[in-house]
Amino acid sequence: MATQPCAVVGIGQTKHKKRRDDVSLPGLVREAAQRALDDAELTWTDIDAVVLGKAPDPFEGVMMPELSMADALGAHGKPMMRVHTAGSVGGSTSIVATHLVETGRHDRVLTVAYEKQAEGNAQWGLAGGRSGGMGAGGIFAPWMRSYIAKSGAPEHIGWKVAVKDRQNARKNPYAHLQLEDISIEKVKESPMLWEPVHFLESCPSSDGACAMVLTNADGAKQAPRKPAWVLATAMRSELGTFPGRDPVRPQAGVECAHMLYDAAGITSPRDQIDVAEIYVPFSWYEPMWLEGHDIAGPGEGWKMTDSGATEITGDFPVNASGGVLSSNPIGASGMLRFAEAALQVRGEAGEHQVDGAQVGLGHAYGGAAQYFAMWIVGADLDSVAKKKSQGRR
Amino acid sequence: MSSVPEIAIIGYAQSPSWRAAELTEPQFLFPVISEAIERAGIERRDIGFTCAGSCDYLSGQTFAFVMNLEAVGAWPPISESHVEMDGAWALYEAWVRLQHGDIDIALAFGSGKSSPGRPAEIYPLQMDPYTLTPLGADPVSIAALQARAMIDAGKITEREMAEIAARSRANATDNPYAQVTGDFDVDKLLAEDYYTAPLRVHDLPPISDGGCALVIASATKAKEVCEHPVWIRGIDHRIEVHQPGMRDLTESQSTRIAGEHAGVGDAKVDVAELCASFSHQEKILATELGLADDVEINPSGGALAANPMMAVGLARIAEAARAIAERGKHRAVAHATSGQALQQNLVCVLEGD
Repeated sequence: MATQPCAVVGIGQTKHKKRRDDVSLPGLVREAAQRALDDAELTWTDIDAVVLGKAPDPFEGVMMPELSMADALGAHGKPMMRVHTAGSVGGSTSIVATHLVETGRHDRVLTVAYEKQAEGNAQWGLAGGRSGGMGAGGIFAPWMRSYIAKSGAPEHIGWKVAVKDRQNARKNPYAHLQLEDISIEKVKESPMLWEPVHFLESCPSSDGACAMVLTNADGAKQAPRKPAWVLATAMRSELGTFPGRDPVRPQAGVECAHMLYDAAGITSPRDQIDVAEIYVPFSWYEPMWLEGHDIAGPGEGWKMTDSGATEITGDFPVNASGGVLSSNPIGASGMLRFAEAALQVRGEAGEHQVDGAQVGLGHAYGGAAQYFAMWIVGADLDSVAKKKSQGRR
Repeated sequence: MSSVPEIAIIGYAQSPSWRAAELTEPQFLFPVISEAIERAGIERRDIGFTCAGSCDYLSGQTFAFVMNLEAVGAWPPISESHVEMDGAWALYEAWVRLQHGDIDIALAFGSGKSSPGRPAEIYPLQMDPYTLTPLGADPVSIAALQARAMIDAGKITEREMAEIAARSRANATDNPYAQVTGDFDVDKLLAEDYYTAPLRVHDLPPISDGGCALVIASATKAKEVCEHPVWIRGIDHRIEVHQPGMRDLTESQSTRIAGEHAGVGDAKVDVAELCASFSHQEKILATELGLADDVEINPSGGALAANPMMAVGLARIAEAARAIAERGKHRAVAHATSGQALQQNLVCVLEGD
């Protein structure tokens, strides 16, 4: 049993907004899927299987939505799967789809992820519904505070990430938040939600979808545009609470990253990855994941942010698309990270393109920072090897 | 599609089917997963990939599946995924993952508790949210329409339906995991009032809580740890259009296509475990899979005897494996379904050595 390379040949996403009243649920996913097909210059009949992902069904009040979306996603007579791994689901869904191509089960797979948060009350759902839990911000805030205490990071780091990602979003026409006058002052003065997270350091609630067409080497050859090659994928999960767990730098996140780097042949992520799309729903998670995935050393993540290294023009651009802080259709947010990384290495990210990006990281996490899904995409199958021979930039 | 890889079932286990389990899902899953691993003759740490199937809506809680990680024992961290589908699709994902060749053992499980909710209120949410959910289109009503269409088309009679129900519950008498068992007289069953015409209570599945787990392995590993592995010779799944009015409900195209791709017709079938939640569906499935008259259908009693949602499809595969491993059968077909009136179907072909 051997695997074959998998390539991304079609990418589509919707305009992400607070409320997409102009489309139904199937209309939303079809919009993204049609764009991915158009990008690949394929039609619905070219697709062999569909893999759908989203966060909890109660967010929209539709149980097992793959059933009622089968028609809109052209799945009649085809295999269709539905993945759900909390916030990491958009990433996991992409990975499940790559498996179908890598193992030769199918030649062309359509993968789609979405959330239509305005249909329901995701905050209520995230906070445990009737059982009345803390919500995502309430769970993550103490861990951000713990990171700050351990790393000695100054409080302006969070504000800086919030401003950077919103400025990047203005270069991305699909991004939800288009804040013209975002500034450190505005972030700092916005209401405190969960200390240390201010309102403008938190992600929005969005309606949106993302889709990709994945295929094998033959399919990539026939593709009208440059493909992005999937060089490695990794998934890791751990329990959400137990004595001795480090929720600030979860072991599952560390192992997921190393499994990924090893599979891609990456020995120095900071040097060998050109662009990263990291799941940052709250500003502090940028430095936390830079350290949590060993891109930066302990206590060094915030210094990368502070130095401007993570800006589009920096040496390790993070979330050039504006990231989760600018668009958060939850179930799609992970796939958007994966797709944006692919767009970058295809050189098709438009105004938010990072010059010369050859190797991209897509990342998603979920649950109580316990589910991780990551992939590395390259402009060529040997993009990482080429970097190594070039040495440190 | 590439050729079928050599992958075998090396361990299986299921919980009893309870009308209302007092245990939580992770509580009843833990012994099931442990038993499947023990029967496989491996250790938890030998598992390279885990995939679960469950449904938040049954639990009535967002992220309910996260709790089930406790039953797996996700520490140190594990490579893992989850489908919001029956565990049979978790098995499919695990089967695909094994084909990478970098790992040699995978675990798939499914679990659900239907008892906390009211199915007639929950399941309409599974239908098109704009046109069908508001009508309260519940599974029994949709199944009744399907049964009526079959009767009108001359494809089944109410007596045949009662016979299927009676045979299933009689078969289940020897099944320690079953919930509704016993010997029923067909004439007496037919004398009962309709529940939703043309369905009587005996045509309906029970409301159940329960779980099921399977351990699968590459050929090399299977032969190393298992005396009689049960080989997965084919597995395929298909979905079809959602709107019941756009399908011929007396047929199941998706079952037919999945059965063809899984290779059901390639050789003689000894046993079939079909996920027919309503009596008349057994006939649709047997017809679409081209099962001969001498095929033993649902020796476990099937979904009419035990119906733990999200596990009931995987349990069909476990029961088919059991028929081969414990009852000396050679070739078995297992089927799982999702959605109303057989909208989505998975077919798996198993063989002994």
